[in-house]
Amino acid sequence: MDGPSGKSALTLFDKIWNAHLIRHLDDGRDLIFVDRHVLQETTSAQAFHNMRKAGRSVRYPALTIATQDHIVSTKPGRSEDTNPTGRELMQLMRSNALSSGIRHYGVDHPSQGIVHVIAPELGLALPGCILACGDSHTSTVGGLGCLGIGVGTSEVEHILATQTLALSKPKSMRIVYHGTLQAGLSAKDLILHTIGQIGVAGGRGFAVEYAGPAIEALSIEARLTLCNMSIELGARLGFIAPDDKTIAYLEHREFAPKDTDFVSACAYWSGLNSDVQAVFDREVHIDCDLISHQVSWGTTPEDVASIDGVVPDPTQVDDPARRERISQAIRYMDLQPGQTLSGLPIDVAFIGSCTNSRLSDLQLAAALVRGHHVSPHVRALVVPGSMSVKREAEALGLDVIFREAGFEWRDAGCSMCVSINEDVVPPGSRCIATTNRNFENRQGPKSRTHIASPAVVAAAALAGCIPDTSMMKLNAEGLS
Amino acid sequence: MNKAVERVEGVMALFARCDINTDAIIPSTWLRTASADLGKGLFGGDRYDEQGNEVESFVLNRPAFRQSRLILADENFGCGSSREAAVWALVQFGIGCVLAPSFADIFYENAFKNNLVAGIIDVETYQELKTLAEAHPEGLAFTVDLHSLTVSVSDANNPLHNRSWNFRMPASRVQAMIRGNDEITGTLHHQVDIADFYKMASSEKQWLFPEHLIGRDTDASNKKNRVF
Ligand code: SF4
Repeated sequence: MDGPSGKSALTLFDKIWNAHLIRHLDDGRDLIFVDRHVLQETTSAQAFHNMRKAGRSVRYPALTIATQDHIVSTKPGRSEDTNPTGRELMQLMRSNALSSGIRHYGVDHPSQGIVHVIAPELGLALPGCILACGDSHTSTVGGLGCLGIGVGTSEVEHILATQTLALSKPKSMRIVYHGTLQAGLSAKDLILHTIGQIGVAGGRGFAVEYAGPAIEALSIEARLTLCNMSIELGARLGFIAPDDKTIAYLEHREFAPKDTDFVSACAYWSGLNSDVQAVFDREVHIDCDLISHQVSWGTTPEDVASIDGVVPDPTQVDDPARRERISQAIRYMDLQPGQTLSGLPIDVAFIGSCTNSRLSDLQLAAALVRGHHVSPHVRALVVPGSMSVKREAEALGLDVIFREAGFEWRDAGCSMCVSINEDVVPPGSRCIATTNRNFENRQGPKSRTHIASPAVVAAAALAGCIPDTSMMKLNAEGLS
Repeated sequence: MNKAVERVEGVMALFARCDINTDAIIPSTWLRTASADLGKGLFGGDRYDEQGNEVESFVLNRPAFRQSRLILADENFGCGSSREAAVWALVQFGIGCVLAPSFADIFYENAFKNNLVAGIIDVETYQELKTLAEAHPEGLAFTVDLHSLTVSVSDANNPLHNRSWNFRMPASRVQAMIRGNDEITGTLHHQVDIADFYKMASSEKQWLFPEHLIGRDTDASNKKNRVF
């Protein structure tokens, strides 16, 4: 198939898409095969219900994996009954999985965790593979060179019944990162800065490939963080070409190929990159040297600034719709135009979510808080992304560091990212979080959210306010 | 199976904002059980105060707009979470059509699956309809016609009755909506292709379907009730 230029050079996206194309449909869409289908409890119940009503069953249960992660309680030692409101959806997930012969990583499973954390951990997401899930952050697995497609519940039903998706092929976009990230900065700063630059609709209709030297330098966990927030660019898909780090990460994972299969997989993966001549429908360049610690001030993920920055002044914005949106965001967040962000008092600090709850995130935060204490008026929580992450962290003694510093150390789940379980930010309270969305009411009715990296959130928990760069430097020097 | 839709008629509520996200359309508070009243939860964060009482000034709480059938919104409607409940909430409230200059990708797909008309309009059309809506605080009814892909003022006595505005929707989607097609039935016409594709893929790329994942046979028709 020809690339967008009409030449035969292909993008990485073309290559993976073409390898999954069953046929072109009459309506212009493509019917593509879904290699892995991951389910979570809040977007699948209706799909099973409708599927059964239509007299259908799950086509390939072995390619389907279920989790309980969104509504689960994160109280240490929790069960399906700990949060009674969530019991119905959790039990439906369990019974639907059981009756369809689907592997289920329920609240009592040692590998339970947030779907986008466990899919890479278990080796379910592989380079060159298409993985779909009824969740918009499915693009996370793009960090492994896997196409992760976030879908709605009707599409979940469609995949359950057919193992396929009928989609219009997105256009292709490449974001190339030049230069080097300064010490202490992370993939979270990189992606927040990117969203600030190109906006929450900048990636709409595109599949985004992240590339360039700064991306190659990222660890796999950092790449997962980066790809996670593709949807905050409006892109349904975001991914990075696999390399040696990808291979090293996947070897020996539970469901990754083994032995000779692994060898042939590696051979296949080595061809998974965009041809040098490939042309993208849109290309963006970002200079990493210019990036500093980021924090959001408003109510969409494009409302970001440096922690040393200020709240913008809406009167300086030309576009009336944008001006009104920014004014509303400032009102909702209880801020003033021109106000300095550092020093802004916070009530809650949350380290968790599919964006930043992996071992490296917790290690980084723990290194900053070691020997310090959370500010007295702050509630601070760490919610590991999976029970495996929790165990690994405990083996390193991170739990002790967090607890001694005054953090709660909880069981795995989405928790305060979406506040659909009992972890809710109280009305009017200000929370700094390692999550991905700062929408109005996201963390609970009338809650106010500032999103940032684990380092910034950890520093904020200690200081009781949004830190400035000098505090971040001071903290970083304390790391040996 | 979706019911066929050919037209949507009723009062249009104006949401003159861009980037209206699905958390705003249906807050997570209404997603905790399988049986919540999503129509009641539509725009719940803005529609009710902290005590759960209606906020009088909110458009859908104003008497003229309680029965709204259309929504007019600015760019990038439905961004954020993939929750299809956002579409269900709109539909359960009674909304049959959202008109906006652009929609977020997942919301756009979800809308069609539930026969919610997601019509893309030019920015000029948005401005004209917005001005018109603002001039009618008592609520103005519009008719959206899928055959002609137009929206017009419903009242035949209104001087604007003969004026109509175009909106865009892929022709295949229009046809599917008018016929009330079920997408899964359509895909299952290609069952043989799908099975052949899987057979080929699993032999060419054994690494992608390793035995410790799939067992010896993954076809549901042969392996009902497999328990792990
Ligand atoms: S952690 Fe947050 S963003 Fe991630 S899957 Fe859970 S609710 Fe969604």
